[in-house]
Amino acid sequence: MAAKDNVRVDVSRTPVYFDAVPLVIVAALLLLTACGGGQFPQSIFTPHSDFSRDLNGLFKNIFAWAVGVFVVVETLLLIAIVRFRARAGGPAPKPIHGHTALEIGWTAAPAIILLFIVVPTMRTIFATAGNAPEGALRVEVIGHQWWWEYRYPTLGISTFNELHIPAKTAIQLDMTSADVIHSFWIPSLAGKRDLIQGRTNRIAFRADSTGEYWGQCAEFCGASHANMRLRVMVESDSVFQRWVDRQRTAPVAPAKGSTEETGQQVFRRSACIGCHTIAGISTAKVGPELSHVGGRATIAGALLPNTAEALHRWIRNAPAVKPGALMPPQNLQGADLDAVVAYLQSLK
Amino acid sequence: MKSWLTTTDHKRIGLLYFWTAFSFFMIGGLEALLIRTQLARPAGIGVSAETFNQLFTMHGTTMVFLALMPLSAAFFNFIIPLQIGARDVAFPRLNAFSYWVFLLGGLFINASFIAGPLFGAGRLSVAPDAGWFGYANLTSRQFSPGPNVDFWLLGLQILGIASLAAGFNFVVTILNMRAPGMRMLRLPPFTWMALITQFLIITAFPVITVALVLLMFDRFFGTHFFLPAGGGDPILWQHLFWMFGHPEVYILILPAMGIVSEVLPTFSRKPLFGYTVVVYSGVVIAFLGWSVWAHHMFASGLGPIADSVFAGTTMLIAVPTGVKIFNWIGTLWGGQIRFTTALLFAVGFIAMFIIGGLSGVSHASAPTDLQQTDTYYVVAHIHYVLFGGTILGLFSGMYYWWPKMTGRLLSERLGKVHFWLTMIGMNLAFFPMHFSGLLGMPRRIYTYSPELGVAGFNLVSTIGAFVIGIATLVFFWSLLRTRWQPVTAPPNPWEGATLEWAIPSPPPVYNFTVIPTVANRLPLWATERHGAMAPLPDRPPAPIHVPGGSWWPMITAAGLPTMAIGALAHFLPVVLLGVAVTIVGIYRWAYEPFEM
Repeated sequence: MAAKDNVRVDVSRTPVYFDAVPLVIVAALLLLTACGGGQFPQSIFTPHSDFSRDLNGLFKNIFAWAVGVFVVVETLLLIAIVRFRARAGGPAPKPIHGHTALEIGWTAAPAIILLFIVVPTMRTIFATAGNAPEGALRVEVIGHQWWWEYRYPTLGISTFNELHIPAKTAIQLDMTSADVIHSFWIPSLAGKRDLIQGRTNRIAFRADSTGEYWGQCAEFCGASHANMRLRVMVESDSVFQRWVDRQRTAPVAPAKGSTEETGQQVFRRSACIGCHTIAGISTAKVGPELSHVGGRATIAGALLPNTAEALHRWIRNAPAVKPGALMPPQNLQGADLDAVVAYLQSLK
Repeated sequence: MKSWLTTTDHKRIGLLYFWTAFSFFMIGGLEALLIRTQLARPAGIGVSAETFNQLFTMHGTTMVFLALMPLSAAFFNFIIPLQIGARDVAFPRLNAFSYWVFLLGGLFINASFIAGPLFGAGRLSVAPDAGWFGYANLTSRQFSPGPNVDFWLLGLQILGIASLAAGFNFVVTILNMRAPGMRMLRLPPFTWMALITQFLIITAFPVITVALVLLMFDRFFGTHFFLPAGGGDPILWQHLFWMFGHPEVYILILPAMGIVSEVLPTFSRKPLFGYTVVVYSGVVIAFLGWSVWAHHMFASGLGPIADSVFAGTTMLIAVPTGVKIFNWIGTLWGGQIRFTTALLFAVGFIAMFIIGGLSGVSHASAPTDLQQTDTYYVVAHIHYVLFGGTILGLFSGMYYWWPKMTGRLLSERLGKVHFWLTMIGMNLAFFPMHFSGLLGMPRRIYTYSPELGVAGFNLVSTIGAFVIGIATLVFFWSLLRTRWQPVTAPPNPWEGATLEWAIPSPPPVYNFTVIPTVANRLPLWATERHGAMAPLPDRPPAPIHVPGGSWWPMITAAGLPTMAIGALAHFLPVVLLGVAVTIVGIYRWAYEPFEM
């Protein structure tokens, strides 16, 4: 077939063996990581709501098709390159230019497979469009750089970073942002939905078991995007009701002469009141409300556990924990800082 | 030196594109290694959040605009005129202008890494940090007050000019400069895919240019196109960006598909299976590529109707893409396959691109995408498509055409090492990302909770990234080695069928001694339908006019970053100086004497 009497570069006549060694190494290493075991609190494969179960089922359907197509096509490719290696003195290959029936076949085949994917896809799109049934518990979610605000308009309460909802109850989240775009994501309960200033996006779901579910912001939102985490506490009706009652009650005033009372005074006279609300003490709304901060499991956008040590770190220098955080390092020392921490922890 | 600065020879410009883009590829790779090192363990190695955001923004921006597109452009420049039997591109000086604009735009945007002190930023680097997709309203002055986003939006506008000028140039070249008898359906598949790519460039880049100009107005002149607080809409940015951004994906992949469609027939000694189907499926991909942009926005709340439509159109793209893959396998089938490095990379392309394509189907399904978007699962997908696809395809092209471009053959031994290291590295780096994403790791995070359980996957990804790094160094060494080799490559080392192999390696400045007359798709091969083309004469029978050098393309190009620097500094006289340089440059260019 070579037309010109060029010097041919004979790089390929040596028998080529497809070296399986590198592939085996790759497979072994991948397997090793997969055997790491452990818990995956943010996995999409542990659905605990109707929404996430729908998505999980659809994904498994698509995944099964994908594996099938992968195996068939890669096998054909492997057969082609193994079987049709150049052999010294082999006959010139037949110059086939194409084959109409084959072309029609391999155009139709993927189209038909896609039909099996597209139908359940459309069905799920409409099923998960965010329309909760009548009587659903409505929660407004507001994204801030880099924390979450939740308002329960029908219950007259609000909370921050940790969302509390009752199990087996339809929930509707109406979501917006106070600043840049964020995305609300708790894989076990719901797919992502963006929070956009000036718009309201909705998701609706029904959690089917109690527990603590993890999530975090999924839309890049600036310096501390990585630190904008969240928790959802799904509770039984009675536990949820107790929590609601607690949120409705003003925090108990600290006892006279206690460290907590000193802390309250420090809070009152320092920069804290410029940004944070504590019922009966201050009314600013720049940062999250702290009226019941002692009752939360985490602080700083679900980034740190709610311990005295973490509160110390956070108050002393928030931007060091959470780059870009609006709360500047506080000039509180020794006993004053201890007192504020004790006070905040007392606000259950 | 002067002859390189003023050159209008498409082959020299091709080499300039290649070395510049390859340098940016190494820089983008370095950024990737820093990102991966930080993510090797949950707490990182001390890369700050701000630096990390700059790194991933610049990694994406660099790879898309400064490495992959211009590496394709290097082949467009060098190979297209040779494949269609032309002496040069239609507008040689415009071609030089495109290159200089690209180089200066790339330097401008990267200068942000050391420009901090000029802006009193308190740190060295003020590189762009809002992501390569620059979502509004994070890019507003309010939330990104520094010069970082300004560097990005001005730099991309400059680079867009380079792409547009080159796009028009190649459309005209391919349509008008074909040798006699080179009908459209005789064009080599690489040239065909390049032509489709140029149409995508000249239609998609105006969209991002509009978006960037609106963003520039928001940031510099206080308008509110994307600011909800002022009545604007951040979703408008997403529509404009992805209306460009999705065709851009095909701008990146189609040239690589073209390369594979050249390499497979040559090394299987068989014509491309289903040539017309491969060509038309490329056209279909380009058309469909325009109708799928909102699949990047499924989480933004478009509503079920829009989600359904875009899920459907996106899945449709799998059909022409699958058709291409089957035709490539059909090309290999029944052939006499020679396992050169170029062929290995082409086969690697098919094998890896399938994985990226299949994960693509899983996020074409809008509901499942709600769990996948903005996680590492998508990072895995784009890297199987853009690394496993585009870069493997480009590597295949480099091994295939390097002898034509330089007259020197690359070492096949180092080539095999390069290939296997690349394959191992990319699968180690990118495959575990599927798992880390599905297990809940979002993208664009500089740190993650150790309790997510994804640290092991991340460590393996990091190891893989370094293996890719080593592979790339092996390749770089292999390229450099050829500089010291004598020029020994024969005109047609691989027994290729297309016109570029009919002339010496490297080709003389005029390319063809006489413009060949083309009678079929495989002029250098004898098939059952036709014999091989008669060899061209060794010496041109008559004097050949080739365009002379010119300084004006470079000078005209220099006006653009000057304007951008003026804008960055909010200093009007410098902007006006840039305008003046460009206007004078264009004027002198227009009146330059024809012969030099």
